[in-house]
Amino acid sequence: MTALQSNLLEIHTPQGREEAWRFTPLKRLAGMHDGTAVASLLDSLKLTGALPSGVSFEKVEAEAFTMSNDAIVQRIRAFSGSVQRLTVSQNTEINEPIHFSRSMRDLQSVEFARVQIVLEPNSKATVIFENSGDLRLGEDLEIRVGAGAHLTFISLQEWGSSSVHAAHHHAVVERDGTFNSIVVTVGGSLVRLLPTVEFAGSGASTELLGVYFATEGQFFEHRMFVDHLVPQAKSRVNYKGALAGQDAHTVWIGDVFIRAAAEGTDTYELNRNLLLSDGARADSVPNLEIETGEIVGAGHASTTGRFDDEQLFYLMSRGISSADARRLVVRGFFTEIVSQIKDQVIEDRIMARIDDELAKAGAING
Amino acid sequence: MSTLEIRGLKVSVTTEGGDVEILKGVDLTIKSGETHAIMGPNGSGKSTLAYSIAGHPKYTITGGTVTLDGADVLEMSVDERAKAGLFLAMQYPVEVPGVSVSNFLRTAATALRGEAPKLREWVGEVKGAMEALKMDPSFAARNVNEGFSGGEKKRHEIMQLELLKPKIAILDETDSGLDVDALRVVSEGVNRAKENNNVGVLLITHYTRILKYIKPDFVHVFANGKIVEEGGPELADKLEAQGYEEYVNA
Repeated sequence: MTALQSNLLEIHTPQGREEAWRFTPLKRLAGMHDGTAVASLLDSLKLTGALPSGVSFEKVEAEAFTMSNDAIVQRIRAFSGSVQRLTVSQNTEINEPIHFSRSMRDLQSVEFARVQIVLEPNSKATVIFENSGDLRLGEDLEIRVGAGAHLTFISLQEWGSSSVHAAHHHAVVERDGTFNSIVVTVGGSLVRLLPTVEFAGSGASTELLGVYFATEGQFFEHRMFVDHLVPQAKSRVNYKGALAGQDAHTVWIGDVFIRAAAEGTDTYELNRNLLLSDGARADSVPNLEIETGEIVGAGHASTTGRFDDEQLFYLMSRGISSADARRLVVRGFFTEIVSQIKDQVIEDRIMARIDDELAKAGAING
Repeated sequence: MSTLEIRGLKVSVTTEGGDVEILKGVDLTIKSGETHAIMGPNGSGKSTLAYSIAGHPKYTITGGTVTLDGADVLEMSVDERAKAGLFLAMQYPVEVPGVSVSNFLRTAATALRGEAPKLREWVGEVKGAMEALKMDPSFAARNVNEGFSGGEKKRHEIMQLELLKPKIAILDETDSGLDVDALRVVSEGVNRAKENNNVGVLLITHYTRILKYIKPDFVHVFANGKIVEEGGPELADKLEAQGYEEYVNA
């Protein structure tokens, strides 16, 4: 155990009025943001299964290769010079997903984890992080997708009900690289994810998909930032969320910045929320800032609605019970994105968890 | 042998301007194997009758009774009505994103039959129903009504009629938006359901052309929220020649 108060006085401590923190209940962050957390030295991230050839996973001393303004990331970096790093060598194509998991239980201390995923040029891989158990985790994940490389990154937050998880997932995507991600957040007390994509070369593209389902008292925040710094890059964002139960609270922020140099940008972001009961709150804020008019397209949409009575009537008129009809509609709502995981075991597990949360929240007994 | 009995049915809807009475006392009895055509001008309340029997929450029953073999339909929830043997083929079937046709049909069949149909037999059943309605096999994997053409939506409704085997089926303007070929295919589906399952049919339509394919035993003229004239198939011929004018202005 190491106390973190030392040497960190220069790091700004969020007060809650800052734009980046205005929705987050700081009191529930287990002291990650203000330096009062007691850090554990454990690396809970474990490789599950064998490492394919052309891939390495090791702990190294390394500098960060991204910049972050996030107070938690700054504290993590000040705390730890070492990184768990996954590297996929140049021209290596891995067809089977590489699985990692965190499944420990420790609610006494906070794990400050630095992780890097590096895809060297023209490599291709799918990496899956499966988070379960109960942890307090501050996660600084840096991703480099080299020229012509292709990464699908899947992060599953199936935490137990006491977990606190604050993470910055920052991908740098080089020329003609592709970074696709799927984020699933269905468990935890507080989850705050900051997916960031920084285009470093033209022809790069990203698709950021996500689903979240918050029930009573849970706070899930997904705050993305897509930085179009270079010409001819493409980004798509599609996050879907559902909420049920008293004080279930979700926040989705989609910041897209098209800089003056980013001619030929093509971007669209979408967030849809399904409010399944009273007492829940969904905040949804798309932001698009454009410094050049020479673009292919830029748009965003955000909707928040309740169960569609006509859908429920249609299903029930075929004999399907009210509870089953609601379950079908919610599953259908999430299927578009969950089916993109392309792993039947995981997809079934996520859908079962959603069914379970729905039932517990009483949101299917209309 | 089943009987749907509608007596003095009065229904209103709530609008911004207050409650408006749409059905003003409807009496109608439909038995297994019978086909009743309800014909009338737009806005006469035909669809309200269909949706009220099915239990759509938008409509408030203000008077009268609806019973199926003596059981009080109006006391039943929407799914209970389907389980009791009622079916509504909708004029505008609803899209359900992310729910495949095959999942939807199997869920419905499981609910109505009280147990999941055996997979092998079920696959054959669905395949047969789709072939009979000249539907492409890829249809089963599509999301319910999502991106369906008008004709596909109606075939999908009639496929459900054949698979779910209700006692009494209400077909709400199933002919609208269909070309001649689709109208024939869909009508054949209804006729198969009559022949195979002895379903009683309440056929709601604006036009007489579907009656060339589905022969009604009784024709009821609907105007201003009630039945204003009743007769046999010959009444449809009269409507074809004279239109609804005399009833609307009556």
